[in-house]
Amino acid sequence: MITATVEQKHYLNAEYGLKSWLLTTDHKRIGLLYLGTITFFFLLGGIFATLIRLELLTPPGDLTNSETYNKFFTLHGVIMVFFFLIPSIPATLGNFLIPMMVGARDLAFPKLNLLSWYLLLAGGLLSMWAMFAGGVDTGWTFYTPYSTTYSNTYVIATALGAFIAGFSSILTGLNFIVTIHRMRAPGLTWFRLPLFVWSHYAAALIMVLGTPVLAVTLVLVALERAFRIGIFDPALGGDPVLFQHLFWFYSHPAVYIMVLPGMGVISELVSTFSRRRVFGYGFVAFSSVAIAVYGFLVWGHHMFVSSQSVYASLVFSFLSFFVAIPSAIKVFNWTATLYKGSISYETPMLYAFGFIGLFTMGGLTGLFVATLGVDVHVHDTYFVVAHFHYIMVGGTLMAYLGGLHFWWPKMTGRMYPEGWAKLSALVIFLGFNLTFFPQFLLGYLGMPRRYHAYPDEFQVLHVLSTAGASVLAVGYLIPLVYLVWSLRYGKRATANPFGATGLEWKTSSPPPTYNFDVTPAVTHEAYDYRALAEEETEGVRVG
Amino acid sequence: MAEHIISRKTYTYVFLALLVLTGITTAVAFVDLGALNVVVALAIAVVKMLLVALVFMHVLYSRRLTQITVAGGLMWLAILLVLTMTDFVTRGWLGVPGT
Repeated sequence: MITATVEQKHYLNAEYGLKSWLLTTDHKRIGLLYLGTITFFFLLGGIFATLIRLELLTPPGDLTNSETYNKFFTLHGVIMVFFFLIPSIPATLGNFLIPMMVGARDLAFPKLNLLSWYLLLAGGLLSMWAMFAGGVDTGWTFYTPYSTTYSNTYVIATALGAFIAGFSSILTGLNFIVTIHRMRAPGLTWFRLPLFVWSHYAAALIMVLGTPVLAVTLVLVALERAFRIGIFDPALGGDPVLFQHLFWFYSHPAVYIMVLPGMGVISELVSTFSRRRVFGYGFVAFSSVAIAVYGFLVWGHHMFVSSQSVYASLVFSFLSFFVAIPSAIKVFNWTATLYKGSISYETPMLYAFGFIGLFTMGGLTGLFVATLGVDVHVHDTYFVVAHFHYIMVGGTLMAYLGGLHFWWPKMTGRMYPEGWAKLSALVIFLGFNLTFFPQFLLGYLGMPRRYHAYPDEFQVLHVLSTAGASVLAVGYLIPLVYLVWSLRYGKRATANPFGATGLEWKTSSPPPTYNFDVTPAVTHEAYDYRALAEEETEGVRVG
Repeated sequence: MAEHIISRKTYTYVFLALLVLTGITTAVAFVDLGALNVVVALAIAVVKMLLVALVFMHVLYSRRLTQITVAGGLMWLAILLVLTMTDFVTRGWLGVPGT
């Protein structure tokens, strides 16, 4: 007997050819374009991190001179912040999932969505050109007067790259806000939305409200450099601290652009793998919005030793402590969700546990640096470097990898190999802590950041950190290999391999081009596992 | 929702008001008002901005959500200005030790 199987049509095989990808307006394909792009930038940023860690293996500056080292850490920061971390979860997972989570066929503005990817690409390529043409040595913060009076490197080109990428971020945020407001499926009220959507909504508010200020600031730097218009240079009547105010008005909330979507991922993971509704749903939802709003009130804590008025510093220090409250609400509620849950330890959950632990450490050390007196001691030391890596890498990157594994079957229709995935999650967790925990100690002992040479007594901790970076690099390369492998050889995924709630799991893996054959109607709360079980039983009975 | 149609007369009045305010800004620039120079210039600019946003950009006739969005943008601008000024206004209060 001859049996023939007809392959199901989905967004990946609906069309073929380069043109079908480069001109696509399908949010899922654009999500994959972003995935490829940011993976490239992650590897590029990783190369500069490797060079930094190699230089710091020994006390003298023997691998490179200080000018080149300045370029290494600047390019590492610029690439990782603007071209990897900010677009990471929203532009890949958010793009792919938000329309499906709200039961829509696409985002509100599909062409704008494609444009936003091209803008990120254009900004990234421009910054890469600047990198090869001579690099930039101001640090990722482009502080004046480094970026105006004293720099002879490619500041304008690099800043223009970040400026263009900023518009990508604004358009993505706008698309999310309009989609979430206008395109929810029948019955999907605001308080039935997955928390992933809430956290992306909050992050989108920051993208739209904050990013234009960064764009304006970078234009002002360019105007001062090119036309000698006095804005930041005291010799021309400007004020260098004004740059820091404008820069951090965006860049501190930008940390929440990075971490809020990660928190959304963690809410989904913790709920799915403990089979429980997220404890205190309303509090977790509103804490995302609270973080987005409070995040705009604290930027001055980056400037305690930058000649900012001590009175302003008092206000900013006080306000900074407030951000800890909504962040803590989330952590406590995730933990409470686990209580009496039916916990399983698949790879995404391992990343979720990693996130909760590392983000908590990053958050608590944030309180150290928000304290005026302590910050004077640890400012611009490795303590700060360790603190923000615990948030950005220990938090955002862990969430990104957890989310990527969780939704990989939905995105590709293939399962990843669980054993390898668990191993790499463990390697990443250990490698991360070995890399960055010694940096807390280094900073507390007085090792300043952005120096390529240091006293001999710091070497042991630096060697540990470099060894950790090597482990971390291996940890990141393992998923790169097995995820690519799984595209061809991975087990075929079912529609809902993890037994999760949420509309994205009600469609096939991979989904059809327009996501759903019929617009879904929502009749129950988010994370309602009892309703899911009843639906499945009903399905079996009907089948 | 049906689009609100603004009469040509209203547009003309607003346009003329903007021209008059621009003229006033220019005229005031030739008068030394001391500390009030910036205040007056900014006050006129705010009135012009409101005219453009409310009438030309139809905010006055838009849905409540659109109005809240615009107000939110202005509030965020206020946060930027007020908290930045907490630094600039108080920076000299403590003085520099030894001077």
